[in-house]
Amino acid sequence: MIDALPVVLNINGLKYEFEVLPYRSLLDVLRDELGLTGTKECCAVGECGACTVHFDGRSINACLMLAIEADGGSVTTIEGIAPPGEMTRVQDAFLEHGAVQCGFCIPGMVMSAEYLLARNPHPTEEETREGLSGNLCRCGGYNRMLQAISSVSEESTP
Amino acid sequence: MKPFLYQRPGSLAQTFDLLSEYGSSARILAGGTDLIVGLRQQSVDASVLVDIKGIGEFLPEVAFADGHFVIGATTDISRVCENEKFRATFPALVEAMETVGSVQIRNRATLVGNVCNASPAADTVPPLAIYGAMVNVGGRDGTRQVPVQEFIRGPRQTALRPGEFVLSVQLPVPNAPLGVAFARLTRRRGVDLATVNLSCSIDSVGTVRFAFGAVGPRLVLGIERSGVLADSGAPAGDRDAALANLIAATSPRTDIRGTQDYRSAMLLVLSRRILAEAAGRLDSGQP
Repeated sequence: MIDALPVVLNINGLKYEFEVLPYRSLLDVLRDELGLTGTKECCAVGECGACTVHFDGRSINACLMLAIEADGGSVTTIEGIAPPGEMTRVQDAFLEHGAVQCGFCIPGMVMSAEYLLARNPHPTEEETREGLSGNLCRCGGYNRMLQAISSVSEESTP
Repeated sequence: MKPFLYQRPGSLAQTFDLLSEYGSSARILAGGTDLIVGLRQQSVDASVLVDIKGIGEFLPEVAFADGHFVIGATTDISRVCENEKFRATFPALVEAMETVGSVQIRNRATLVGNVCNASPAADTVPPLAIYGAMVNVGGRDGTRQVPVQEFIRGPRQTALRPGEFVLSVQLPVPNAPLGVAFARLTRRRGVDLATVNLSCSIDSVGTVRFAFGAVGPRLVLGIERSGVLADSGAPAGDRDAALANLIAATSPRTDIRGTQDYRSAMLLVLSRRILAEAAGRLDSGQP
């Protein structure tokens, strides 16, 4: 019998205290136990990026991290990227450029785009492609996403 | 995932205690980007994961001491790539590290983990070997050093003995002018395993070293001292013959990523390319 272990996590600015079995991924806990279903599960082996979240300010695949490993840290999910009812410039730009088709990859794409632009506000197209290389879109909507990210980059002062 | 226990020791001594208590059913957890996949796909069996990220002795950043850069077992690849001095000293290794996985993977995956995973296709291993990397293996009785190409003994096989784990990888700063280059071939840019990967170095006396990955159960190393590869004016046929001689030591196989013939043909093409690049770096004074 394996016991659940206590975890304290800051998620989207709120403190959560719960117990978790050690073999539960951060993704499983976010979705199934905390109801934060904006973060998607697709490949579950770190290839598709649908589960991208920010852990202690860095983008990671939530499917490849155990919830217990995250103890004491802070997580930002797509639900917490903007205040409730609001959207970030990246999210607005995705809508404006028609970058959203089926939508399943979009939370992960937005998390990767936000991470890229926070570190490099004016990426080249190559840098943007590299920044999104861990996120797959099965609709193939990459060009509109690149246009959306590029429009956000152009709005801010170099 | 099958159930497992989780331990997060705070010191090296506690870690060695746990490894001796649990034996071969314990697995070390650092970045987890290979281990968690293995556990989920049930290609790896573990009854306990020993998370080494709480060990006080490990430094999160790249350290420099006595002419060596030391990368601890918990330092992720992104952090290594962010170190400007490291980038300037080991450009070909940085290029290899920047091809590993994706941004999200590199923010978790460790350089030490890429070595310990012992995949024949690990991208960092050819340049690590070319730069003379040593693996610092820790055990209850002390630390021993193993060259990276000896540490990886075959697919998923390392030189680790029971109760040991890798504390760090260290790289000597080249003490003479050296040009080093890296190349890999994949079907797509991100999150793909190498069809072939390779690195080479050239020094100012004309010695050329090659390391070929993903074309045999272990890394294949070659050395050419005649000077023909260092002389860009030598007849192309002679240079290709010297490269073919080195490539002959490889044993590529046919799999989903490419046929044996394709791999051999691409090794020659990419060897020519990185040799020219390494020579350019030697001329420009870059390592």
